[in-house]
Amino acid sequence: MSTLTPETAIQADSIEAKPRPARAGRRGMSPRARTVAIISYLGLIILALVYIYPFLISIAGSFKTDADATANPLSLLPQTWSFAAYDRLFTDVPLPRWAMNSTIITLCVTFGRVFFDSIAGYALSRLKFRGRGVIFASLIAIMAVPGVVLLIPRFLILKELGLFNSYAGMILPLVVDAAGIFIMKQFFESIPVSVEEAARIDGAGVFRTFWTIVLPMARPAVVTLFILSFQGSWNEYAHFVVSRQDADLNTLTTGVASLVSGQLGSGNQYPLVLASALLMTIPVAIMFFIFQKRIMNTTEGGEKG
Amino acid sequence: MARTLTAGARGSRGGIRSGEAKFGWLFISPAIIIIGLFLVVPILLALYVSFSNWNGLGSPIGNSKVIGTGNYEKVLIDDGLSKSDFGTSIRNNLYYVLLVVPLQTTLALFLAVQVNRRVLKGRGLFRTAFYFPSVTSSIAITSIFLFLFTASGAVNSVLQWFGVNGPNWFNDPSGVIHNLLAGAGVTSAPAALAGEGPLGISWWEWLSGPSVAMSTLIILAVFTTSGTFMLLFIAALQNISGEIDEAAVMDGAGGLRKFFSVTLPMLTPTLFTVLTLGLIGSWQLFDQVALTGGGAPGKTVLTPAYLAYDTSFTELKWGQGAAISFILFVIIVALTLFQRYVLRDRDVGKKAERNRIRRDAEIHASAARATYQEGLK
Repeated sequence: MSTLTPETAIQADSIEAKPRPARAGRRGMSPRARTVAIISYLGLIILALVYIYPFLISIAGSFKTDADATANPLSLLPQTWSFAAYDRLFTDVPLPRWAMNSTIITLCVTFGRVFFDSIAGYALSRLKFRGRGVIFASLIAIMAVPGVVLLIPRFLILKELGLFNSYAGMILPLVVDAAGIFIMKQFFESIPVSVEEAARIDGAGVFRTFWTIVLPMARPAVVTLFILSFQGSWNEYAHFVVSRQDADLNTLTTGVASLVSGQLGSGNQYPLVLASALLMTIPVAIMFFIFQKRIMNTTEGGEKG
Repeated sequence: MARTLTAGARGSRGGIRSGEAKFGWLFISPAIIIIGLFLVVPILLALYVSFSNWNGLGSPIGNSKVIGTGNYEKVLIDDGLSKSDFGTSIRNNLYYVLLVVPLQTTLALFLAVQVNRRVLKGRGLFRTAFYFPSVTSSIAITSIFLFLFTASGAVNSVLQWFGVNGPNWFNDPSGVIHNLLAGAGVTSAPAALAGEGPLGISWWEWLSGPSVAMSTLIILAVFTTSGTFMLLFIAALQNISGEIDEAAVMDGAGGLRKFFSVTLPMLTPTLFTVLTLGLIGSWQLFDQVALTGGGAPGKTVLTPAYLAYDTSFTELKWGQGAAISFILFVIIVALTLFQRYVLRDRDVGKKAERNRIRRDAEIHASAARATYQEGLK
């Protein structure tokens, strides 16, 4: 799931294509085997419904009136279609502002992470310098620090540096991550070094070799890192709880959270919450469906070795 | 081979590689600065705060005194609310871990085996369905769960079909084991359990089981993480070569027997990865607690991660909050080391050491991934 080498990427790509040795064909099934097959299909379909139905109800719920959502929580069709929840999200609730903050932060963190993790991973895998081993070992140690333990420390340092309650304070701590560097390092190590040697002999500098030759070859790893960083920063909540205070700096996660805790005390305004939860899911859902094959494949290749 | 080539190139054409060290430092320095400034230094600062009497005003440096281990004592030793709150949070999280880890692992393994069957049609669709909840944010999915699990919500409506009156999930502080005992006629602590247990709460309280509200979060965690772990298991299953499968079938091993005697042993490394990730993750429950009322009902959903935050940011006892963070840190590290100890003998072979380091790193990279994915944490 975490590491990615061309070997595994190739293996992953070929998974679907690999001819399967024919096993007991459908025709050869005994009646008993057929019954078992049908039952297990039914079981899986029910299970899949359990996984998907909550999202379907939520979509339906967001178009219901408050009373309808409370009275008929299971139905997929609103009694009367109401757009009140969405109306309110764009008038009473500063949802556009939250979405803008989330977008700015996600873009900065994602591109920052891809860039800084790549160059750091490249330095650790290819460039020889004193202290490289020590740095790599520290990196592995740092990956062991559980994120949730960092909340108070992060707040303290942001205060200390005067970055609390600013975009910089929300973005900078997330802009490099040790796990991402590790992913890139692993991938660069799997690229044959001869390609770079050739470029260097032709007189290309270190940065040009990296930027125009090695990085394009590392596209699968870059895409993986891009997806992870996008999802990670878009869905991040805890860090934005401790790095800001102003309502103006709310992201979708902290904003929707404030909506939920605020509204729980004030009646059953579920359509509003459901609508906001769904809207914030759309970008990651789109990412998921665009890169679905890659997500499934990289994950499949990941644990090899 | 690559190594020899590099060495050769260095020996014969030193000029090409000159400046490499300079670029090496240039490329790595942004990472070092960011990680140093926002990870290493803050941890040291918080470590200092955990031993100080800082009250939140001004900078901790210069505005506080070192008071020794007082903050840790308040949480672990001195009788009082601080200790019993911490005990409660540990109890809650312990039940959460004890249930989430086995359940999510079993379900993920089950799903992976089902979805990986060659004869299954629509495998892609099933995988997508099972994995989709894992990409949503903890906030969005918890909001949805708050709606599903209201007293007259979707879940209770379904239970009604079977004649079951569902509880008022998120508002029910009663412990599941207590409820079961109540069903058997035991409604209060037997004398043997009435006494005070560790960390300021009675043995009877320790044995409450997860509250109904916590059970909802347990369901939520299993729902959102089983898909991710399913993918890990699928990856491992695809690496088990078809021939071994065939051989097992030829030898006459039936489905279940084949699974337990052939498939499962080969999945052991992945199983350990998933268990470790699950263990590390479930001790970090925070987002869901914050969203469902900061430990309500009756503090039965309070976790150490949230308690640390709340102690510092709400009660302004910064040192004590930082101390709780570090205790949690120690718990998680201890569990990781324990996992390493368990795995120790499984790696016999020449590459054992290298594999171990690599796997550790992989586990942490996956942990990072899982962490940002949602509150798996």
